[in-house]
Amino acid sequence: MSTAADVGPRPARRRWSARALPYLILAPALVAELAVHIVPMLVGVFMSTLRLNQFSIRDWVNAPFVGLDNYVSVATLDSSVAAGLLRSFGVTVLFSVLAVLGEFLLGLAAAVALHRPFRGRAVLRTLFLVPFALPMFSSVITWMFMLQRDTGLVNTVLVDWLGLTDERPFWLVGQNSFVSLVVVAVWRTWPFAFLTITAGLQSIPTELYEAANVDGAGPWRRLFSITLPMLRPVNTVLLLVLFLWSFNDFNTPYLLFGQAAPAEAGLISLHIYQSSFVTWNFGLGSAMSVLMLLFLLVVTVGYLAVVNRRRDNG
Amino acid sequence: MRSRKGVAALVAGLGLSLGLAGCGSGGGADQTTTLTYWASNQAASQEQDKQILQPELDKFRQRTGITVEVEVIPWSDLLNRILAATSSGEGPDVVNIGNTWSASLQATGAFTAFDDATLAKVGGRDRFLASSLASTGAVGQPPASVPVYGLSYGLFYNKKLFAEAGITAPPSTWDELVTVATALTKPDQQRWGLGILGSSYTENAHFAYLLGRQHGAELFDGDTPRFDSPQMVAAVRQYVDLLATHEVVNPSNAEYLNDVQILSDFAAGKTAMVMIQNNAVANLRTIGMPEADYGVVPIPMTDPLPAGGKRVNSHVAGVNLGVFANSDNPGGAMTFVEFLTSPEEQKILNHAFGTLPVVPDAYTDPAFQTPTIETFRSVLADTAEPLPMIPQEAQFETLIGAALKDLLARAASGQPVDDATIHDKLATANEQMKSAG
Repeated sequence: MSTAADVGPRPARRRWSARALPYLILAPALVAELAVHIVPMLVGVFMSTLRLNQFSIRDWVNAPFVGLDNYVSVATLDSSVAAGLLRSFGVTVLFSVLAVLGEFLLGLAAAVALHRPFRGRAVLRTLFLVPFALPMFSSVITWMFMLQRDTGLVNTVLVDWLGLTDERPFWLVGQNSFVSLVVVAVWRTWPFAFLTITAGLQSIPTELYEAANVDGAGPWRRLFSITLPMLRPVNTVLLLVLFLWSFNDFNTPYLLFGQAAPAEAGLISLHIYQSSFVTWNFGLGSAMSVLMLLFLLVVTVGYLAVVNRRRDNG
Repeated sequence: MRSRKGVAALVAGLGLSLGLAGCGSGGGADQTTTLTYWASNQAASQEQDKQILQPELDKFRQRTGITVEVEVIPWSDLLNRILAATSSGEGPDVVNIGNTWSASLQATGAFTAFDDATLAKVGGRDRFLASSLASTGAVGQPPASVPVYGLSYGLFYNKKLFAEAGITAPPSTWDELVTVATALTKPDQQRWGLGILGSSYTENAHFAYLLGRQHGAELFDGDTPRFDSPQMVAAVRQYVDLLATHEVVNPSNAEYLNDVQILSDFAAGKTAMVMIQNNAVANLRTIGMPEADYGVVPIPMTDPLPAGGKRVNSHVAGVNLGVFANSDNPGGAMTFVEFLTSPEEQKILNHAFGTLPVVPDAYTDPAFQTPTIETFRSVLADTAEPLPMIPQEAQFETLIGAALKDLLARAASGQPVDDATIHDKLATANEQMKSAG
């Protein structure tokens, strides 16, 4: 027979370990998050206050402190630095809007089309996921070859096979480079939208569609009155993620155009890279990165606030 | 200051605690018997570079007991990798650098200075060609690197296409170059007079420089950039006009990025002439074009030169060897540099890569006594000038090179490129350069 004194400490120990367990499980993720995101971000903010170039990069921690000078350079509107950044910002916003729109619409169309079971559905689903599953480097490099003016597949199809135009257009330099960038980005990322919306569709009760059918609702009515409203929580997050990915996209333009992207396709991430690594002005590049981070924070918070208010009002 | 060190310590500590700290330079257990070497991509592929280098590295190991771990790095990544190594302190022992970066990288302080005592360890100042040794760092300072492969520009022409068109001699002036190129251009047969690498910022910058010098341009007044001078506008105009006005360049060349593209066209007879550096000899060999099928002459210059113009038709191009100051094996690194720059290795490596030896003693080899080599050697000795050996040189190449890329793309798309457009582009590059400080 045990007394109260015997059993007293055990529940306390159990309580402590039960309380610690979630933190222990979280710890590796927390440390990884600190190492991969938080600390580099803080270091970036610190670097944005330094005059960091070839003279100071070796002992960068002791580079001359310049306070907010780098931010002043970026914000001085009549300077070439600010003009370049502003132009790049405009290109990036347009690119992000078009890319998100394309990715979302393609993903939605494919997910809805493949929602009802039919023969060969699994094969199509697998096929649709291929662009997302391919290593980014190989897929974008393949696009680069396909977009070459003389020997690329795109011009072979458009000019030689279909005869749509007499002149062979450029896709990697000049104005069309923006079109190429959007197409490649949409091609690469739309399967993610497809995957997410497909998962979301599984949670919509089939009774709703059956009832709508009984009421004589057509496919468009079912889409706008059942599918999209029911997918709203999923789409809220999906659109935000797609926008952040597009706005931050560095790999697609870098692999497609190399270090010096055409001005028409000069996304902000590449612009920051050029400011940092091309002109060896890492302080200025960091200041631009911090401003971009703040912009994306404002967009994210604003977007979620608007969406949540609508949901609450609804 | 203490707080900054605190941040650094935090970052370093976190990195260590996560096991993220990279391997130290040298990387091996015994730091006196291993070296890490970052080689630039000189051959047609990185794999081929390794195949050429490995027997020599094995020879070095047999002689010294030092194992060299080589990594061949493409030119597009090399500068970034060096900068990352500079800031982190984690890099190779020995590295190839583009010789035009010498002064920029010297300013970082990350490289061992080759003062007279250090130079003596690698054969002394007299071992090297004076022109190549001029591109190793800022004037008045000990070199931050020593030359290993010599390069200069030349005009390659297809003998068969010339004979078919009844052209008996290669062009000797810029006007003749344009005339000959015009005669050889047959767009309906997919053949063009001249090939250029319109999307390569380094090539663009080199041509802006050498044509600029022919127009009398000074790129820098001290440290102040002068990219938008009337002379530079005229020089860039001269280059862009090959595509825009004379139409002797395939517009598709505006998106060409690497040597293989331009040389494949040349070997296939789609392009009659190319202006390129002498390592093209080895690449043409790999592509399958025998040396007897083409000739090489110095790039023709405008005759007479504009007022104040200089007879410059190449920069002192080439590849240098740098030794990281924080190498764990500085003695071994210097032994390795001495080995690579010895006449014996110079003959083997430069022959394999199609480059020029940077030590006079290597030229006794019959392999370097061909007319082609003699042309490049005379260009390097007589009409080549080092790019400005100032810390901002790397920025100059990237900014001007990118500006020309845009201008060539405009011209290729059929948009007008006038003096005002060129001036605007160069002025923007000038502003960016100033902002970089």
